[in-house]
Amino acid sequence: MNFPLPEFVAVSASNPWTYVVFGLIGFAFGFTLEMSGFGDSRKLAAQFYFTEMTVLKVMFTAIVTAMVLLFGSVGLGILNFNQVWVNPTYLSSGILGGLIMGVGFIIGGFCPTTSLASASTGKIDGMLFMLGGFVGAFLFGETESLFDNWYTYSGYFGRVTLDQVFNLPLGVVVLLVVLMALFMFWGAEQLERIFGKKDLSKEPKMRIAGAGVLFAAALAVVFIGSPSLTNKYNALKFTRTETIEQADADPIVNTVTYTADEMLENRLVFISPAEAFAAKYNQSMNPVYIDVRPEADYNLYHIEDAVNVPLDRLGEVVSVLLTEPPTNTVFVVMSNDESDAVQAWKYLSASSVLNVYILEGGINNWIAFFGSEEAFQPNPNAGEDELGYIFPVALGNRYESCSPNPQEYEELDFEAKIELQLKRDKSGGGCG
Amino acid sequence: MTAQTKKTLFPTSPKPFVHPYFGGMILGIVLFLALLLTGNGLGSSGATSRFVTAVTDLFNPTHVDRTPYLLKMAGGDKNPLDDWIVPVYFGALLGGFSSGLFSGRLKFETTKGPNISNQTRWLMSFLGGVIFLYGARMARGCTSGQALTGGTTLSAGSWVVMFAIFGGAYGLAYFVRKLWN
Repeated sequence: MNFPLPEFVAVSASNPWTYVVFGLIGFAFGFTLEMSGFGDSRKLAAQFYFTEMTVLKVMFTAIVTAMVLLFGSVGLGILNFNQVWVNPTYLSSGILGGLIMGVGFIIGGFCPTTSLASASTGKIDGMLFMLGGFVGAFLFGETESLFDNWYTYSGYFGRVTLDQVFNLPLGVVVLLVVLMALFMFWGAEQLERIFGKKDLSKEPKMRIAGAGVLFAAALAVVFIGSPSLTNKYNALKFTRTETIEQADADPIVNTVTYTADEMLENRLVFISPAEAFAAKYNQSMNPVYIDVRPEADYNLYHIEDAVNVPLDRLGEVVSVLLTEPPTNTVFVVMSNDESDAVQAWKYLSASSVLNVYILEGGINNWIAFFGSEEAFQPNPNAGEDELGYIFPVALGNRYESCSPNPQEYEELDFEAKIELQLKRDKSGGGCG
Repeated sequence: MTAQTKKTLFPTSPKPFVHPYFGGMILGIVLFLALLLTGNGLGSSGATSRFVTAVTDLFNPTHVDRTPYLLKMAGGDKNPLDDWIVPVYFGALLGGFSSGLFSGRLKFETTKGPNISNQTRWLMSFLGGVIFLYGARMARGCTSGQALTGGTTLSAGSWVVMFAIFGGAYGLAYFVRKLWN
């Protein structure tokens, strides 16, 4: 089984079970918060006067429990981490917004979800916090345009996880976070003893055993490690619909599942220059052309709008490709011929980038198709996946065939290969 | 149902809260299951924002279409309530209610520090709600969506937000100590 389940990445009226699943998740969430005492603002505020550290204990136990289970499942290949929503990093708005939230927390005594647990059990202050929340959210929506640029771009780093920041293996970061949490629990109990006059000898001994289990589980996560790109590539599945036309009946539509290698063998991911060009004027998709050739080749000749990401630097842009673009984005990778583009396709697909296609025959084929009138000089000595034409100067995309005239090529005939795979709506994740 | 079983199912005097580590472990398992099944974590402040956008859209759709931030949620024929966070929000309300019901904690009351009046507490919780949600929208998520969920997925930005929340609260705690102590 491949998790997360594609049926449940978003709610949809066509599948009412999605509402049930998310409703149940919410139910369990609210239930747990209430039974931990988060319906009472005094318990929450006590955290900030060191008399009772329940907030920290509950929150960090939840984080480390979920984190160990999450990265354990990722390591075992049950769960695809690239399909899990990871809050993108916006440093500026994150820091300022966080500080503002802290102010709201200590004044109001709740955070948004705990106010739900509080209001639902009849606490009047919880209800008023909820009510204030609506006003706050409204005010933000009305004032966001005043600082839209700052909000959208300042300190934006995309999908970044701590292992990338510290350049450590994921499992090691998991272990370090667990150790930090255990240390914080110890510290929290000491603070409760000093400021809250709490008798620690009455605390259940089970918690020591729990800490041991947690530590062992974190060690196991280090040991399991993360699945390699090769394993991820081999596990890839592509679903295609194939239509069989019938003379006097409705066409039969079959759904076929292919592995990544089968997709390449059957050339289902190779799109003709005509289709790559037509995608630009297709309202239903948003093509992004990625030129994986060395910069020198790119400077000699490249398609208009193509971005140059040499093959060996592809890893640097994966996080952007995973978070940034809208759901109908189609990535078209290209090299001079095909072999580098195929490598790029394998790499991006294994990294869970969806809707990646290869320009059939590469730039050479593009030039042969669109540039026949420009009389480029063929290069007879061109080797495998090298530029098949000689360019005396580096004019980049200033040739006519780099941006063919859409009116001239309005009626292009091609076999359509692009089939959009639905991707989760990135803007809908987290609290956002 | 005898009077005795009725009393244990819906007790009138509140039962004690569960131990924080136990509550946290259950919450962690819930969060993990959410991530495993749906790829989404937990949250609620996004729903608050979607409710007000839906109401704005009802009264003034042109205004929504002119405001880029609202447009993302409710532009054109988009329904701002068509999002996973909305059933999670209602589920959380129902879950909190049920837990309160089974533990005898359903009661109209105000939870506050000993030295302030109910009216002060009400005003402060309302103001706190305004401020918190303003900050939550700015940071693109609250304690649940950023600190809890993003903390679990090891999002760098979420850890920064988490420390900022605690920083803001600890920084101000001394100056508003009369509210709570």
